[in-house]
Amino acid sequence: MTVQERPGAAYRPTPPPAWKPRTDPAPLLPDPEPYRVLGTDAAAGADPELLLRLYAELVRGRRYNAQATALTKQGRLAVYPSSTGQEACEVAAALALEERDWLFPSYRDTLAAVARGLDPVQALTLLRGDWHTGYDPNEHRVAPLSTPLATQLPHAVGLAHAARLKGDDVVALAMVGDGGTSEGDFHEALNFAAVWRAPVVFLVQNNGFAISVPLSKQTAAPSLAHKAVGYGMPGRLVDGNDAAAVHEVLGEAVARARRGGGPTLVEAITYRIDAHTNADDATRYRGESEVEAWREHDPIRLLEAELTSRGLLDEDGVRSAAEAAEAMAARLRERMNADPVLNPMDLFEHVYAEQTGQLREQAAQLRAEIDAEGGEGAHGAEGDAR
Amino acid sequence: MSTATARQAKPATMAQALQRAMRDAMSEDPTVHVMGEDVGTLGGVFRVTDGLAKEFGEDRCTDTPLAEAGILGTAVGMAMYGLRPVVEMQFDAFAYPAFEQLISHVSRMRNRTRGAMPLPITVRVPYGGGIGGVEHHSDSSEAYYMATPGLHVVTPATVEDAYGLLREAIASDDPVVFLEPKRLYWSKADWSPDAPAAVEPIGRAVVRRQGRSATLITYGPSVPVCMEAAEAAEAEGWDLEVVDLRSLVPFDDETVCASVRRTGRAVVVHESTGFGGPGGEIAARVTERCFHHLEAPVLRVAGFDIPYPPPMLERHHLPGVDRVLDAVARLQWEAES
Ligand SMILES: Cc1ncc(C[n+]2csc(CCOP(=O)(O)OP(=O)(O)O)c2C)c(N)n1
Repeated sequence: MTVQERPGAAYRPTPPPAWKPRTDPAPLLPDPEPYRVLGTDAAAGADPELLLRLYAELVRGRRYNAQATALTKQGRLAVYPSSTGQEACEVAAALALEERDWLFPSYRDTLAAVARGLDPVQALTLLRGDWHTGYDPNEHRVAPLSTPLATQLPHAVGLAHAARLKGDDVVALAMVGDGGTSEGDFHEALNFAAVWRAPVVFLVQNNGFAISVPLSKQTAAPSLAHKAVGYGMPGRLVDGNDAAAVHEVLGEAVARARRGGGPTLVEAITYRIDAHTNADDATRYRGESEVEAWREHDPIRLLEAELTSRGLLDEDGVRSAAEAAEAMAARLRERMNADPVLNPMDLFEHVYAEQTGQLREQAAQLRAEIDAEGGEGAHGAEGDAR
Repeated sequence: MSTATARQAKPATMAQALQRAMRDAMSEDPTVHVMGEDVGTLGGVFRVTDGLAKEFGEDRCTDTPLAEAGILGTAVGMAMYGLRPVVEMQFDAFAYPAFEQLISHVSRMRNRTRGAMPLPITVRVPYGGGIGGVEHHSDSSEAYYMATPGLHVVTPATVEDAYGLLREAIASDDPVVFLEPKRLYWSKADWSPDAPAAVEPIGRAVVRRQGRSATLITYGPSVPVCMEAAEAAEAEGWDLEVVDLRSLVPFDDETVCASVRRTGRAVVVHESTGFGGPGGEIAARVTERCFHHLEAPVLRVAGFDIPYPPPMLERHHLPGVDRVLDAVARLQWEAES
């Protein structure tokens, strides 16, 4: 029987039973303009000590990027995805966290990991090619650099959730690129985080491109921060080249997460000055004038201008920051120029808690091959000459 | 349980044994967490997690949002923080969205961190056909899991093993894909959860039936099929041995090869596809190790190389007793050639 056939009084449509919005979307919406501190009135409130610390880290980070890129040219690194231009995000990410918090970086976030205290050489083993993760993640609470896009985001949610279940006030900060926001794992992580009210902060570094693909081909959303509203968490837009602003916005999001307020999605508007990696030719997809405009809005210049105008930094200060960075680079170069010592038998370690019979057999096979070659473990033409 | 307690054998189903295994693990170890779709209030679509949320609370047995990658991905983070997640994938073919997490992270986290970050995650996957399920409810995905280093892959065929292997899986410091043969969920045994059978470590096969003329190598839902085939073969004068692998990774070469060397003939039986399926790997291993003992090539009886068929046709696809007996007949290689 259809509605029309219903006898008696005419059927009056009623609203669906008991519908109400779960959350008022208004407070979750990002401000239309990215939040800025440097060069605005807000700068007066910024802590000088913090600004100087940020400055030193930015300068070191830039030098690190340059050094690592140089190491690719010398064949010491297989590849390096530089974060030049994005140092403010990297550094603020690391400095917004307490020691007990966790960082979940992507492959581009070596700087954030190093700023958190990681040995710079250990942070580069993935890219050098001697081991996938050269550090113990537990030591500085930095998860392995994730190469598959966005897949580390649910890990951050799970860890934060577990910490809260255990009663620890630990926050997880997960970093992802603009391209990574299109992945399914981004959606699932944000949704889980919001439903569980997990103490997580998601930091999207919107650097304009996913390799060659511009944001306009990645999403039709008004901004990436707007995506937060659909999950029921606040979205925040920040100038990603303004170290003070990124630090403040992330700091608030971390504090909110720590006091049980749940997750936040922060979109930092920034730009990748270098190519995607040393192997990429950026001239194929973007013009020099665009890059120039962003060079004008450089994170180090912005901060330097603020510090100088406030009399917190003079030529000596600039020089000593540069010298400290140079010393770091020299140490890194020196250490990276030493060949890593590799044991081929490590291949069979750490696959399982206990080696399986299959792996023991295969380890014996490799051992025999190496012994036949003269015990060097070097697999080359000589060993194969027959 | 004290030895004074009399073993009270009462029929229990495989689903109950699995549930009991989780309950015992959760009681003994507060870091064990069960999570998945509908595992809480409903107790799982197969009721395997029945009662756990009530007993341990929603933080220990959690109804997650509907997202397999999210479920396994968050389990990774939970394991990184010292918990032991037991994840339920609702059905075999619905685990596929989680493959990225499984293959890119779960299976290799220990290795990439040089042992600093083991992930003790159990992924429970109801698998296989024979229950009249519609599309995407009957896949046998074991070959995909087996092809991924870093995962253990186990599957029980008996009620006792369902309990024992799941306890072992949850206790394992490595990730375990725990394949539950869903058509055996309601199979019963006189099994008392109060005095569980001895728990075998992961990686051991077991001889379910001894025989001298040929070995049937099988696992999970095909074990009862092979047992029945072995009974039926007696009438033909064949005395078949049945090896239940229980663990596909690690693979118990020793038990399997010892059996084949005794009998000289072998048939691998499983319902997943034959081409690129587990049987190819098993037959190759047996051939490599037992060539001089073999009287005939190692044969495979598997599902056809087709997407799992609609329920009204599945009986034609699933290897049954007759197909196993046909293969056994073909093992009389000399007579044929
Ligand atoms: C799942 C997955 N697909 C593809 C790639 C290959 N890839 C590496 S980086 C990249 C672009 C990522 O862009 P974005 O997320 O914006 O981060 P950015 O490189 O700009 O920091 C792609 C496609 C990958 N690493 N993972």
